[in-house]
Amino acid sequence: MKNKTIKVGYLARVEGEGALYIKVKGGRVTDVKLKIFEPPRFFEAFLRGRDFAEAPDITARICGICPVAYQMSAVHAMEDAFGVKVEGQLRALRRLLYCGEWIESHVLHIAMLHAPDFLGYQDAIGMAKDHPEIVETALKLKKTGNEIVSLLGGREIHPINVRVGGFYKAPAKRDFAPLLERLKWARDRGRELVRWTARLPFPDFERDYEFVALRHPDEYPFNEGRLVSNKGLDISPRDYDDTFVEEHVEHSNALHSVIAGRGEYFVGPMARYSLNFDRLSALAQEAAREAGISPVCRNPFQSIIVRSVEVLYAFDEAIRIIEAYEMPDRPSVEVRPRAGTGYSCTEAPRGSLYHRYQIDDGGMIVDTKIVPPTSQNQKTIESDLWQFVPDYIDLPDTDLKWKCEQAVRNYDPCISCATHFLRLEVEREQ
Amino acid sequence: MKRKRKPKLAVWKFASCDGCQLSLLDCEDELLALAAEIEIANFPEASRAVMKGPYDLSLVEGSITTPHDAERIQKVRRASKRLVTIGACATAGGIQALRNFKDVKEFTRVVYATPDYISTLDKSTAISDHVRVDFELQGCPINKAQLVEVISAFLNGRKPNTPAHSVCVECKLRGTVCVMVAHGTPCLGPVTHAGCGAICPSYDRGCYGCFGPMETPNTASLSDWWSGLGVKEGEIVRVFRSFNAYAEPFRKESEKHEE
Ligand code: SF4
Repeated sequence: MKNKTIKVGYLARVEGEGALYIKVKGGRVTDVKLKIFEPPRFFEAFLRGRDFAEAPDITARICGICPVAYQMSAVHAMEDAFGVKVEGQLRALRRLLYCGEWIESHVLHIAMLHAPDFLGYQDAIGMAKDHPEIVETALKLKKTGNEIVSLLGGREIHPINVRVGGFYKAPAKRDFAPLLERLKWARDRGRELVRWTARLPFPDFERDYEFVALRHPDEYPFNEGRLVSNKGLDISPRDYDDTFVEEHVEHSNALHSVIAGRGEYFVGPMARYSLNFDRLSALAQEAAREAGISPVCRNPFQSIIVRSVEVLYAFDEAIRIIEAYEMPDRPSVEVRPRAGTGYSCTEAPRGSLYHRYQIDDGGMIVDTKIVPPTSQNQKTIESDLWQFVPDYIDLPDTDLKWKCEQAVRNYDPCISCATHFLRLEVEREQ
Repeated sequence: MKRKRKPKLAVWKFASCDGCQLSLLDCEDELLALAAEIEIANFPEASRAVMKGPYDLSLVEGSITTPHDAERIQKVRRASKRLVTIGACATAGGIQALRNFKDVKEFTRVVYATPDYISTLDKSTAISDHVRVDFELQGCPINKAQLVEVISAFLNGRKPNTPAHSVCVECKLRGTVCVMVAHGTPCLGPVTHAGCGAICPSYDRGCYGCFGPMETPNTASLSDWWSGLGVKEGEIVRVFRSFNAYAEPFRKESEKHEE
């Protein structure tokens, strides 16, 4: 009775292929493994010998859900290597593109992947039968995010307009007019989405995480800032490799990342929010307060509220950027490759995404390192389950299994990213 | 009167970025209507519910890169009345087929400290190298309007209406000035399969071939044109070796330019 194994052979509603294995003996959890069997695709290897200019388009293919994040980390790392600064409207357009991706990716997770867990549906399609308004509205919000990416990037998945130094083509101010109207409508609905997520039933669960995210002097972070934590970390992305180490464990095709000498940490919306609440727009702060979450949120199940606060922020920020936009004289700044190493961390929807490239004097990539958010969160996900499962151990297996899946989905894990990275197994020993 | 059974749709993932199956969830306007007409019987990225086969239509994303996946695709084929591959990974091996030109052991060592934990084949191959495929939809990523067309065509038992011409034709159709003629920008449009709607040239950029080769492309003549624009041999190799590197016409052309 008190011994069991929970196995989720193929975790659903996550991006990519993974499994979960939990072993319970005498009512105690004795093993938790988040297994990643998504086949490896070896990006770091075949980037060797490619031209620096190809990195944004190639690394985008690591993940179809957050290609903009890969493109942004790639271009900023290259620009770091070459001493190039992209400023003014071009810099603003990059933030705008990221707003689009956060909206599209977060709303997909909130409404289609995560909310069904709280309300007991297998999927959003089933949920739509009883809650049509929320699913229909969410689809429209997601579409608005995609429209930002399409307008600026050429298409929603693997946008084609991003290059080292800026863009291939900058939009004219008037191109944004119809989108701006829809964004204003979406911002109002975004506020309602925060209220809706706040009413979901949340398990009483908190942990004292080490949150890690970018922090910028005056903005909510997308592309720039220092990597900070609530436990004293404060580094430039250039010092990433001295601080974080990746471990290769047998049960996973994804590398586990830890803070050297300290261990697991937490990246993603909850970390970003808890470290940067004061950088959110007034509207987003107000919505968070109204939703009853404090400026530091430690309940991972409430990440669904935090994600919707970030969606609201992204709408607000996108509107601000578009209203202040003036078409720049040139769509990109000049880039002269030189030998060196470039580093960048940007805030992907799921958390900080680190890229490092070593370039030779002909502009060719000699060496690459990429650390996606999901591999940084793997250890934290496993630790959550160590603490979470004992409280629910008496549930019937099918319910326990579902609860565990929900705990994993709190992180919106993107397995395709992490293997460049899920299935659940709970073993109860008889 | 007896109600007609809803056709069952399954979505399968192999080595990929999830972008092509995401295209289905990106059909925000059509998704709920589509879900009313078909039974989404297996789509793990979107649903926990799994129904047993056989499936009327299987969409397959991703390429075969592990011994386990080589077996799994056989099961998928057996359970599927119609099987359609979606995207460059499933249709040509994808960007991960760049390993096919190299020693995969060395690749594993670059990424993983303990390569022994990794089980992988030395080539990334298309689904059609393993099983019979009823239709291949090209693109990295696929175009979602084409995806909707393919699904409705198969469910209604007709041929999908997806043009086989080149990206060049799409430029002409949308009235984009040729970037190669007007600006001397190297472009893969003349040899690349239509479907994207010629996005890159409309953003002042040359096509980079993410939709893969059209039927019988004249890659040799395009390479000559590129050489004339001052593109070096090494670059021509790389240009043909991206998201559709192992599609035969692109592979052969790239090999011709390797010393
Ligand atoms: S073809 Fe391209 S977009 Fe589609 S799954 Fe493969 S890498 Fe992703």
